[in-house]
Amino acid sequence: MPDFFTRLDSVVSQTGFLNLVWEQPVMWVVGVVFIYLGIKKNVEPLLLVPIGFTAVLVNLPLAPLVTDELGQVVDTIAGQRSDPGLLWYFYHYGFEKGEIVPSLIFLGLGAMTDFGPLLSNPKTLLLGAAAQLGVYVAMFGALLMGFTPREAASIGIIGVADGPTTIYTTVQLAPHLLGATALAAYSYMALVPIVQPPVIRALTTEKERGRVMKQTRKVTKAERSVFPVAVAMAVILLVPPAAPLIGLLMLGNLFRESGVVERLSDAAQNSLMNIVTIFLGLGVGATMDGTKFLQPRVLGIYLLGLVAFVVSTGGGVLFAKLFNIFLKEKINPVIGAAGVSAVPMAARVAHVVGQQANRRSYLLMHAMGPNVAGVIGTIIAAGLFIAMLK
Amino acid sequence: MAQIVAPMVGKVIEILVKVGDEVEENQEVVMLEAMKMEMPVVAEAAGKVTEIKATEGQSVEADDVLVVIE
Repeated sequence: MPDFFTRLDSVVSQTGFLNLVWEQPVMWVVGVVFIYLGIKKNVEPLLLVPIGFTAVLVNLPLAPLVTDELGQVVDTIAGQRSDPGLLWYFYHYGFEKGEIVPSLIFLGLGAMTDFGPLLSNPKTLLLGAAAQLGVYVAMFGALLMGFTPREAASIGIIGVADGPTTIYTTVQLAPHLLGATALAAYSYMALVPIVQPPVIRALTTEKERGRVMKQTRKVTKAERSVFPVAVAMAVILLVPPAAPLIGLLMLGNLFRESGVVERLSDAAQNSLMNIVTIFLGLGVGATMDGTKFLQPRVLGIYLLGLVAFVVSTGGGVLFAKLFNIFLKEKINPVIGAAGVSAVPMAARVAHVVGQQANRRSYLLMHAMGPNVAGVIGTIIAAGLFIAMLK
Repeated sequence: MAQIVAPMVGKVIEILVKVGDEVEENQEVVMLEAMKMEMPVVAEAAGKVTEIKATEGQSVEADDVLVVIE
């Protein structure tokens, strides 16, 4: 009989309730807020629903899901280590070891992205480069706030609101910040329509915003097929660490533009993308252990991300205005803001801001030029950081 | 006579006027969808609709004529 009570006692002491630390209930609230925002407010539901739920799961004490840095679950009662939990495998193989998840997301993005607007108006490549300004501003800000160079670089990438590249860079340089930087990047992706318009309006006149841009020239099928191969080779020769991202982005684009592998293009954009999105939710959610996530630094990361995002938007707009001084056929400076790499959200925002100033201005396709250039620009920036700091 | 053309490639999802309608400047005449975004195409000048060239569900290229007004 005493044996029974000892066992009962050990069962009781091994329930989650007796092993809670304060950060965990706080993270339940955070997780539930994510789920709520996803379901009720339709804020990035594909990400917030799985991330929110996983964030709740990993903050339930003693569940064999969470792990320490060694990849082992720490059993706090017995002080023993056991095997890594389920979610650890998603994180480890999806992000840490093979970068499979962010790379496959880029494969899907490549298959979804029409680089035609960039090809028909290659000048817009420069706008995509100008909008990377915020990346460097946030990086220096982070250095001043006491983050290490590797952490600062990961935080900087948030500034162009590029989720998968932020994840890729953070995993390479500062994996302990993954939960925070990934969430900040995806938050700003969701906030593009809220953050960008006031910045654009502050820097332009109504007349500038209402400028109608002429139709751009048609792009041939040959150009479209040569483009992904040429860009992948050029970027990888220049910045080898960018290879996984640019390589798969451009492979996906070749699927799309070649016109002969419709099935692969469809799989990359839809079924595979959906699968990888689930893995992304599980992997990022797995890093949201309250004891590591709830630190004042996380707030700093959010703030720096916002500053970077505002600077990138402004940088793109101001560069477009500067560019206009030298151009015979002026561009609408609003499309400069689309140089951040939230595709196609930033281009849509530019279109809407343009239409508010002039109903006969249709900027969507013009804004897609800098927008897709921004994606390439961010991959190059990330590759440079990894080359310099890793 | 003025032609209202598609500002970019896309799909016509709704035609908002009928032949014989009087339209005002900047009135929405066709709803176009491009990149999962709906956008109204507006009349550049006031007039009377004489011909509708686009059909709902049709994919259009940039500069294709959608509606003719007089």
